Amino acid sequence: MNIEVRQPVHGAKDSGKARVGIFDCDIHPKSSLEDLRPYLSNRWWDYLQTYGQRQRHGYVKGFPYPKSQPLASRRDSWPPGGGLPASDLDFMRQQHLDFYGIEWGIMNPLSPTGQGEQNDELSAAMAFAANEYQLEGWNRRDPRLKASVVIPYENGEMSRAEIRKRAGDRRFAHVLFLSRTSELLGKRRYWPIFEAAVEAGFPIGVHVFGSSGRPMSNTGWPSFYVEEITEHSASLAASVTSLIVEGVFERYPELKIVLIEAGFAWIPSLGWRLDQNWKRMKDEVPHLRRAPSEYLREQFWVSTQPMEEAEEPDHVLDMMAWIGWDKILFASDYPHWDFDDPFVALPPGLSEERRNKIYSGNAKALYRLD
Amino acid sequence: MIGALAAIDCDVHPTVPAMTALSPYLDDFWRAAVVERGINSLETVTYPPNAPLTARPQWRDKNGRAATSAAELTAQVCDRWQAGIAILNCLYGVGLLFSEDMAFAFTRALNDWVAKEWLERDPRLRASIVVPLQNTEYAVDEIERCAQDRRFVQILVLAMQEMPLGRRHFWPIYAAAERHGLPLGIHAGSTYRHSITSLGWPSYYIEDYASHTQAFQSQLASLVCEGVFAKYPGLKVVLLESGVTWLPAFLWRFSKFWRGVRAEVPWVDRSPAEIVRDHVRLTIQPFDAPAEADRVERAIDHLRSDAILLYASDFPHWQFDGDETMPAGIPPALRRKILVENPLATYDRLTL
Amino acid sequence: MAKHVVAAVADIPPGTRKLAQVNGRAIVVFNLGGEFFALNNRCPHRGGSLFHGKQTGLVESDGPGNYRYSRPGEIIRCPWHGWEFDVRTGQSWCDPARVRARRYDVSVQPGTRLIAGAYVAETVPVTVEDDYVVVEA
Repeated sequence: MNIEVRQPVHGAKDSGKARVGIFDCDIHPKSSLEDLRPYLSNRWWDYLQTYGQRQRHGYVKGFPYPKSQPLASRRDSWPPGGGLPASDLDFMRQQHLDFYGIEWGIMNPLSPTGQGEQNDELSAAMAFAANEYQLEGWNRRDPRLKASVVIPYENGEMSRAEIRKRAGDRRFAHVLFLSRTSELLGKRRYWPIFEAAVEAGFPIGVHVFGSSGRPMSNTGWPSFYVEEITEHSASLAASVTSLIVEGVFERYPELKIVLIEAGFAWIPSLGWRLDQNWKRMKDEVPHLRRAPSEYLREQFWVSTQPMEEAEEPDHVLDMMAWIGWDKILFASDYPHWDFDDPFVALPPGLSEERRNKIYSGNAKALYRLD
Repeated sequence: MIGALAAIDCDVHPTVPAMTALSPYLDDFWRAAVVERGINSLETVTYPPNAPLTARPQWRDKNGRAATSAAELTAQVCDRWQAGIAILNCLYGVGLLFSEDMAFAFTRALNDWVAKEWLERDPRLRASIVVPLQNTEYAVDEIERCAQDRRFVQILVLAMQEMPLGRRHFWPIYAAAERHGLPLGIHAGSTYRHSITSLGWPSYYIEDYASHTQAFQSQLASLVCEGVFAKYPGLKVVLLESGVTWLPAFLWRFSKFWRGVRAEVPWVDRSPAEIVRDHVRLTIQPFDAPAEADRVERAIDHLRSDAILLYASDFPHWQFDGDETMPAGIPPALRRKILVENPLATYDRLTL
Repeated sequence: MAKHVVAAVADIPPGTRKLAQVNGRAIVVFNLGGEFFALNNRCPHRGGSLFHGKQTGLVESDGPGNYRYSRPGEIIRCPWHGWEFDVRTGQSWCDPARVRARRYDVSVQPGTRLIAGAYVAETVPVTVEDDYVVVEA
């Protein structure tokens, strides 16, 4: 018998570094399918009970790259009263929201949401339900938790409809994509979504994972989970490139994209590479009126998690400086195992001003909370 | 004399003028098949023939092609840019064929053509053995055959394959390479078994060219995770035309996750960053660099290795202007290492 | 450094662990087959609570494809990022030369000696009949 403690014990000294309220741009509340039931028609509820979800991979439960810890969660995030990690608001408050002084957080629900579901109509039905439940089951009970507009992103028109339902509702922070879309994000099929998001005044959050239906890398299927999670930055780089080069930001100059949970150190090199090739081959893309790195600089934000761990911590500061101190948003990824504790996650050597920007200032500006 | 070498150019590209150039090196059946089936060209869209990146305008002949002869190539690479040795990496698209037997025949012919039309013409030239990965037995066969000619200094594969290169399926090839002291050269490019990004086919060539860095990352992750370097500790890998500056961020992320998920791949006995610094080298063109010279130096610091960069011009690809073969901002102390010492240390067969 | 009574031996049966506050520090005490070990509870990586982690075996390998599992229960994995620490030595498995969880000396003392000697028995009532786990911190 082990002695249980209701709160994790943190040796981290709060040296006042987190005195400013923290804006956490990536929290994963766990709802159940039952939670969504009131917002689903009988047709789709029955369908789910009988045929279930099919999301471009083969398993009913779990993943062909099994996670390294159950539900990819911190082992101490299972609520003592029972239930799955991040399913219990009280425990979430105790362990995370109140513990760290989270003033404002964005919920990026991962399941059940129907995102990436092979059936567009089911995906749309679940998206609606997931959005309703984020409001009723989470935001109403704790207004610090803002919702994402979950959309059936493989269907542009259905997504547009869902975004329009939520336009003007300040309980929603951004529109949510998973990163492994079936096509590169810059492709025309997704443009109705960008148009709707801009109309509604929402940034777009692109969170890693999902299943594109294609091999997990551009050279086939890796064998290991560690390869899968490392690869996110590479595939997201392809979609970032696509958004830029297809001219999405020429068409929608107000569009803002937040890259969530892919790290950030890969951004500068991508900008350099694109610029170099664009200088040589501008004639291919006459619709681009600026260098690719300028779009990268202006239209994209990055979340901090998983925080980069270089052998020399100063190197991480280089990357942050090259991305721009105003483009970096703190995210915890609670309750996942690669979670970043806001008290200790940021690299040493940051000025108070920069820390505050990352903790809250940049999010306030992006999400227009000033 | 090695001491007199000013540079070793680790990545230049001979251009096959047409499929008929390989005919003398095919047997009767395949020579006839090429004609009867109208197989005229294996040029790939990785380098669209007329795209700017593919060749500088002033290097193109009247047919719009560059690097079609040893004399032309060495005039630029060896005479003008002072490479005492240049390593030919032929990118003709034999790797894209699906028929194993056809691929084997054409690849043999290609390597023979490189030996006859290039290596024979200039003693400063060396080459990589193009490897028919469609069939591992054929691949080993071809390595054994060409390794007998010591002017072949490396084995060559394209970065995007049907499965990641670390997979055990490919291991007989690495055994052969290690046995002969031949590094595994992974060059930008694709066999087009999958879309060139993991999220589909891009609309523009600029995106295509950007996609190669993703493949290099996935290949390194695969080689390390599958334990290729544990199994073949003598194997070296050279990433050719990769862009370079993507590497530190990738190593940070990979190593970070490995620390927590180590038990999934327990034969990886130390940080992936260390394994890569021990076994992997990168050619410097293109060098995806910021405009500011001071940032170049900082980006090189991030690599944490003096030994990792190898000089290459990537001729005739248009990666730089004029004679600026070395990116601005490379610290002087590093230049000689990049130009000569690191290539010599990487390619066993270059030592006299 | 002083010696602190953290529990009666009977309170930490073999294969279990206890979280104790010692001298202002959280310390996790393990019983491996009757032997006691103590580590600073705070993971040296990012401060996760090792007590809440997974106690498991050591995974080693003879080569690619081979998984050799030994010493069940002698590795504690941080509940957050999964770093593995040897319960006996505190050594990390991902960077043994540079990273370790701080360990403390542990002994088992009979109640008779505790009552007589200079031990800090903070919250654990001591009787002469029982044995106790003592951590030096």
